[in-house]
Amino acid sequence: MKLQRKTRVRALAVGALAVSGALALSACGSDDTTGGPGASSAKAANIKCDGKGKLLASGSSAQKNAMDVWVQNYSGACKDTEINYQPTGSGAGVTTFLQGQTAFAGSDSALEPGEVEKSKQLCKTGQGINLPMVGGPVAIGYNVPGVEDLVLDAETLAKIFDSKITKWNDPAIKKLNPSAKLPDLKIQAFHRSDESGTTKNLTEYFKAAAPKDWKHEPDKAWAGKGGQAASGSSGVSSQVKQTAGAISYFELSYAESSQVNTVKLDTGAKEPVEANVDNASKAIAEAKRVGKGNDHAMELAYDTKAEGAYPITLVTYEIACDKGNKKETLPATKSFLTYMASEDGQAALKELGYAPLPTEIAEQVRKTVSTLS
Amino acid sequence: MDTSAIPQNPPPTAPAAPSEVSGKAVRPGDRIFLGLSRGSGIALLVIMAAIAAFLTYRSVLAIQGDKANFFTTFEWDPSGAEPKFGIAVLAFGTVVSSIIAMIIAVPVAVGIALFISHYAPRKLAAPLGYVIDLLAAVPSIIYGLWGALFLVPHLSGLYAWLDSYLGWTGIFSYSQGAARSLFTVGILLAIMILPIVTSVSREVFLQVPKMHEEAALALGATRWEVIRMSVLPFGRSGIISASMLGLGRALGETMAVATVLSPSFLIGLSLLDPGGGTFAQNIASKFSEADTFGQDALIASGLVLFVITLLVNGAARLIIARRKEYSGANA
Amino acid sequence: MSNVVTEPRPVADSAPLPVSLKQARLPRWSPPVFALVALAAGAGIGLVAGLDSKIQWGLIAALLFIIGTFTIATKVEGARQARDRLATSLVWMAFLLAVLPLASLLWETVDRGRKVLDGYFLTHSMGTLPDAMVGGGINHAITGTLQQVGLATLIAAPIGLLTAIYLVEYGRGKLAKAVTFFVDVMTGIPSIVAGLFVLSVWILILGFGPSGFAGAMALAILMMPVVVRSTEEMLKLVPNELREASLALGVPKWRTILKVVLPTSIGGITTGVMLAIARITGETAPVLLLVWGAKTINNNPFEGAQQSLPLYVYQQWQQGSEASYDRAWAAALVLIAFVMILNLVARGIARWKAPKTGR
Repeated sequence: MKLQRKTRVRALAVGALAVSGALALSACGSDDTTGGPGASSAKAANIKCDGKGKLLASGSSAQKNAMDVWVQNYSGACKDTEINYQPTGSGAGVTTFLQGQTAFAGSDSALEPGEVEKSKQLCKTGQGINLPMVGGPVAIGYNVPGVEDLVLDAETLAKIFDSKITKWNDPAIKKLNPSAKLPDLKIQAFHRSDESGTTKNLTEYFKAAAPKDWKHEPDKAWAGKGGQAASGSSGVSSQVKQTAGAISYFELSYAESSQVNTVKLDTGAKEPVEANVDNASKAIAEAKRVGKGNDHAMELAYDTKAEGAYPITLVTYEIACDKGNKKETLPATKSFLTYMASEDGQAALKELGYAPLPTEIAEQVRKTVSTLS
Repeated sequence: MDTSAIPQNPPPTAPAAPSEVSGKAVRPGDRIFLGLSRGSGIALLVIMAAIAAFLTYRSVLAIQGDKANFFTTFEWDPSGAEPKFGIAVLAFGTVVSSIIAMIIAVPVAVGIALFISHYAPRKLAAPLGYVIDLLAAVPSIIYGLWGALFLVPHLSGLYAWLDSYLGWTGIFSYSQGAARSLFTVGILLAIMILPIVTSVSREVFLQVPKMHEEAALALGATRWEVIRMSVLPFGRSGIISASMLGLGRALGETMAVATVLSPSFLIGLSLLDPGGGTFAQNIASKFSEADTFGQDALIASGLVLFVITLLVNGAARLIIARRKEYSGANA
Repeated sequence: MSNVVTEPRPVADSAPLPVSLKQARLPRWSPPVFALVALAAGAGIGLVAGLDSKIQWGLIAALLFIIGTFTIATKVEGARQARDRLATSLVWMAFLLAVLPLASLLWETVDRGRKVLDGYFLTHSMGTLPDAMVGGGINHAITGTLQQVGLATLIAAPIGLLTAIYLVEYGRGKLAKAVTFFVDVMTGIPSIVAGLFVLSVWILILGFGPSGFAGAMALAILMMPVVVRSTEEMLKLVPNELREASLALGVPKWRTILKVVLPTSIGGITTGVMLAIARITGETAPVLLLVWGAKTINNNPFEGAQQSLPLYVYQQWQQGSEASYDRAWAAALVLIAFVMILNLVARGIARWKAPKTGR
């Protein structure tokens, strides 16, 4: 009995220690990471603060890294506003925005007509509009031992992703890369298992540039034949890194962070085009604006043959109401969107693997943002 | 338990006024307490009924909008102009991966349980049991993390080996992709449910009457014969119910499967090649991009999972109840 | 007593009794030596055949050990003993087979997690730091998890406890049957469905924003059936004699339950509740839908978005950079430690307070 009591006391002490430790830990926490490792040298950018309180937003994970940096810079200047952007995916972002849970949504694709209708209920006097804020090349990453430089064109890529070309030493690939030492290795094509704007983008490109070899409709969900799947850009990029013979598509920043080689595209221009930020910006400049009025929805020219324009380029939007935004969050939303579209905001993107908007488009977006109400 | 009748004669120390005591429980304390506990039972029932109604409502919406057969379609496309989706692949993947998990986990778990209860040195047994119980509580996201970053890269060698000896069966053929198949899921699920199955089986083995074992020993039986003749027969229903518990967990596992599997809506013969899917994994990976109707479709598939889990739980409960009667516990 | 041994089962070599008692046995040191030999052979074969997976080496060694022991034992000791040895080695194999992955899981988590786990990591949130960069911490996630789980327990434990008492002490008839059935049904709810349910009722219909409390409600739904079932089992273990003795003394039933039944089983009940807590602590899906996730500390669970540990692990894993993988493992380590401490405390309480059974 004595022994028992002793252990009991000891255990209670341990329990109490654990609980109080946890409480103490949560009591003395700090949000201030500016002094810690990895803190940025956030320049006091030219930011006009407005509004107070918390701003909820969610959506595309493709613009997550850009958003992170914008939020960091913005909250460095505007201490009264706290912006919380969750990369839940474009679909979920649009859904929660239409339900009125968020101030704005990030999305890889423009609102569909049905969604615009729904947004009229939410915005009352206005409707949901698409504001392009950031673009980025969708890189084709591959892992073929001994091959550092690889050129492919739309037809070959479409065939690879549709399981019509299954070996790396296929004549079609050889023809495009006469000097490369292509091994007799099975191609492991990875696609996204979740629905994604990058998938839609890639398949739009196939459909436009290689209609004969890609019969599937462009969609957020993968429609091609065969291949393997992984979830999220991080999932597919880490698979490419692990698996010899793998090829997949993901935002350029993932190719850089996991150090995967990327394919140069033979678009029909004189030189094969590399997936990089400048080339993506050139492709965005080629794009057509299809949105009317305040809407800035864009249609990319996937079959562009322009010199140095990288055709598989993703434009992601912020979606908000043109009129009838929620009163509490309007000032902060407006000020944050203004910063994003500003020169400083766009300039912050380049080193993250994103393509800034061409000046003209950014100009127009800024104009529209300033009229939000 | 025929204790509902309160004794007629209150002892002198009874706090309540004697005159108020009659045959039935009318003391205010009793009434309040009964009311409270019945109330929470009813509250639970109401919550549950509300969830069930909610689920059924949205599932019905989904199945009505489905242009293909919900049970036999090998496709998941609720967002198209002609929404088509079916659970055939999901049901197949869920059942197959769970069966693989059971085939691996149950014998091993019984082995560990026997090891702890009958083989391990005394000093080792108690801490081991402890550790196994602890592992039962490790969150599944961590199993997923470990599975994706550690288990998968280590399995492809094993699969190539299996392929070279058993590839001719078709089931074990492997075409050198990443080892992100239903078989991998089965292995990971097996590892996840091992602790649960082990700890329940161990409890049962410890309950075997010592007399039975000693009788067998006295007859000159070896340790294995003791186990075969007295421990396993006694524990059989316990093992079954433990396995059912594990199966229930394997069926509903989400995050671990979603991180490890390479899903597709094609069913191949080979278990080692990537492909397939499970209910919970499909819900998790499709949910974020789904529109409202897509969510309905996913909820409908969730309902099917729900029914399967219910059946498994029910079966386990029946078996456990039978064992109670048989062993006379709580007599 | 011992002279009644008249051969329980006919043995292959029906030698006279005294001889069979002195039957040849393998020396005590044989199993470990066999194991070593088998391991060496397995490694040798693996090296020669050029198998690069260590798993295969292990499998070969295991196979060699089992077959070797069996054949040698059959030769030296006879079939019955050989079968016994076979069973023993299989059981040992099963144990090793299971311990390896589980140990590896723990090892990986600790090894990769300790890289960034320090005081700074525990006391800071992510703040405004981009997820792709080095630094930041999990304080916001710890706060969120503690509050959400605490609230969920406050909701689920009393309801679960009372329901279990109703089922065991009062429950008769249709209502009890219905409750039992629905408790079973509830254990099968996929967690995302519970999250969706709360989302449509609390956030979409009633119009509240995302908050720790909304998440706690979904977690409570997931927790209740676990509490009910474990408490039920524990209450059933309380011997009826105790209840009858108390009732016979004229103690009202409710006092009997409160003063006799509950104290007797309190250890087991606490364990059940703690295990249920451990279980919901690892939930990701409902938290994502209802609590929203955040990068800064929010000490008010009733207002505004919060973070939670499992969600943090998931998001950092999704981010996919070196820095975020490190943070994911470190947070996973904290999560495991948290769950394990809870578990240890629970088991401890159960041990000291367990009802004294015959065993």
